[in-house]
Amino acid sequence: MKVLVPVKRVLDYNLKVRVKPDGSGVDLSNLKMSMNPFDEIAVEEAVRHKEGAPNLPNSHYKAGAVTEIVAVSIGPEQAQETIRTALAMGADRGVLVKADADLEPLAVAKILKGIVEAEQPQLVILGKQAIDDDSNQTGQMLAALLDWPQATFASKLELTNGRASVTREVDGGLQTLAVELPAIVTTDLRLNEPRYASLPNIMKAKKKPIDMKTPADYGVDAAPRLAVVKVAEPPKRQGGAKVKTVDELVAGLKAAGVI
Amino acid sequence: MAVLVVAEHDNASLKDATHKVVSAAQKMGGDVDVLVAGHNAGAAAQAAAKIAGVRKVLHADGASLDHQIAEPMQALIAPLTAGYDAVLFAATTTGKNVAPRVAAKLDVMQISGVTGIEGADTFVRPIYAGNAMLTVKSRDPKKVLTVQPTAFAAAGEGGSASIETIPAPDGPFKSAFEREEIVKLDRPELTGAKRVVSGGRALGSAEEFHRVLEPLADKLGAAIGASRAAVDAGYAPNDYQVGQTGKVVAPELYVAIGISGAIQHLAGMKDSKVIVAINKDEEAPIFQIADFGLVADYKTAVPELLAALEKAGV
Repeated sequence: MKVLVPVKRVLDYNLKVRVKPDGSGVDLSNLKMSMNPFDEIAVEEAVRHKEGAPNLPNSHYKAGAVTEIVAVSIGPEQAQETIRTALAMGADRGVLVKADADLEPLAVAKILKGIVEAEQPQLVILGKQAIDDDSNQTGQMLAALLDWPQATFASKLELTNGRASVTREVDGGLQTLAVELPAIVTTDLRLNEPRYASLPNIMKAKKKPIDMKTPADYGVDAAPRLAVVKVAEPPKRQGGAKVKTVDELVAGLKAAGVI
Repeated sequence: MAVLVVAEHDNASLKDATHKVVSAAQKMGGDVDVLVAGHNAGAAAQAAAKIAGVRKVLHADGASLDHQIAEPMQALIAPLTAGYDAVLFAATTTGKNVAPRVAAKLDVMQISGVTGIEGADTFVRPIYAGNAMLTVKSRDPKKVLTVQPTAFAAAGEGGSASIETIPAPDGPFKSAFEREEIVKLDRPELTGAKRVVSGGRALGSAEEFHRVLEPLADKLGAAIGASRAAVDAGYAPNDYQVGQTGKVVAPELYVAIGISGAIQHLAGMKDSKVIVAINKDEEAPIFQIADFGLVADYKTAVPELLAALEKAGV
């Protein structure tokens, strides 16, 4: 089966964002950008269902369950690098939908719907959220637009006979759903540990094809629905006080009225 | 102006998050109704009717709603929104799963994890793991929000709203519940707990995590949380994770043990009233936001703390 994996270019996980002094947004200039970590997990999951996972004992991954992986990114020209990373991890080809403005999840979901209609995958695996805007919406929105079932926040994905059995991380523990394919799955942290691409695979990825598209190719009006009023620093927390002993700690907690 | 709040519940009982989302809805102005969608959820509907200021409870009950799976929830909620200007969900795994599906059906751009309401169309939410606060104004005719419950005080009791029964959707649906492993705890629930004791990777093993944290949590009547590193390492189950992509907590007392304090963890607990950090690395970033930092090895500090709490009559 064919799997579509959307990947987003975001500020690197290890970096702290700076708010612009005029409150108009955040300053990303000269900062390292990487693939959204949840999307790396999505790519890894697709690759394991394609290649199998011979190094994992008793694994549920079967080589050949997935036959083709298409990595999609919607963003600036440089999002090509993010697609190349996915290709180096094992995706087969890419689609870049060029958009210079930051698109909202609803617009992204509409563009992805157009790509799904063109590509006809049986499964779309997305990260559950992007670590920049922390929206956690795109997969669910895409499922609604396609009228497909969804299994979000996945920690295990099993593919069998036109169905997926998906274990989800929910507030009280774990929940397992059976969904008919085609379906939408979004990844949580425990689904897998993504690989680092090897140098030969990075070289091979340079030869894999990337299609160039625009939102207009899918007939999507990507105009934002939300107007940014301002972006501000969060209130600073007054911290940093130290105590030397446990007795001093307990006295402090008593004085603060929390024990 | 009328706002529909989708209740957070487990059929048997209504979760406190519902009271907090009702209070957020009240800040938008207008009438507030609560939808209880579940199976044999009469008790939750009764409880929702008692929330102060609620105009009406809509109660949809049926097998398709037993586990509040996204597909039937969307089939129920999207048509119901015709009578409302806004639909609010709690930013829990249930709300986060369902809300965007409803929003997309309505062609509305959802606003996630709202922590501030500045009117009927203007909302504040954290982005970048809480390192920036975004204020947005929605141009959509209807608003669909998930609300961060810890950011709002709970609406009180004392209401006596009417309960209107509405039909549950009967499908067919393309997703089905198979099973769940819900951890039954004798402790308070993490997101609503007044006190939280959390452990990090420094604890080194699942046995040590439980051996060290449980007596302290029991002594304090606290819920137990964990850093992502501790969950990834298998020391604690996934539902313990506090942080940007896990649970957001804001208890009166948060005790971080062996947690270094990555920004992603701080995003989930920095609004706690009092933060205690115990870590042997004095450079750990957690100390920068702690009210009481104790540079010490947890192996000696936690038993000492237990004894000191005992002595202090806690």
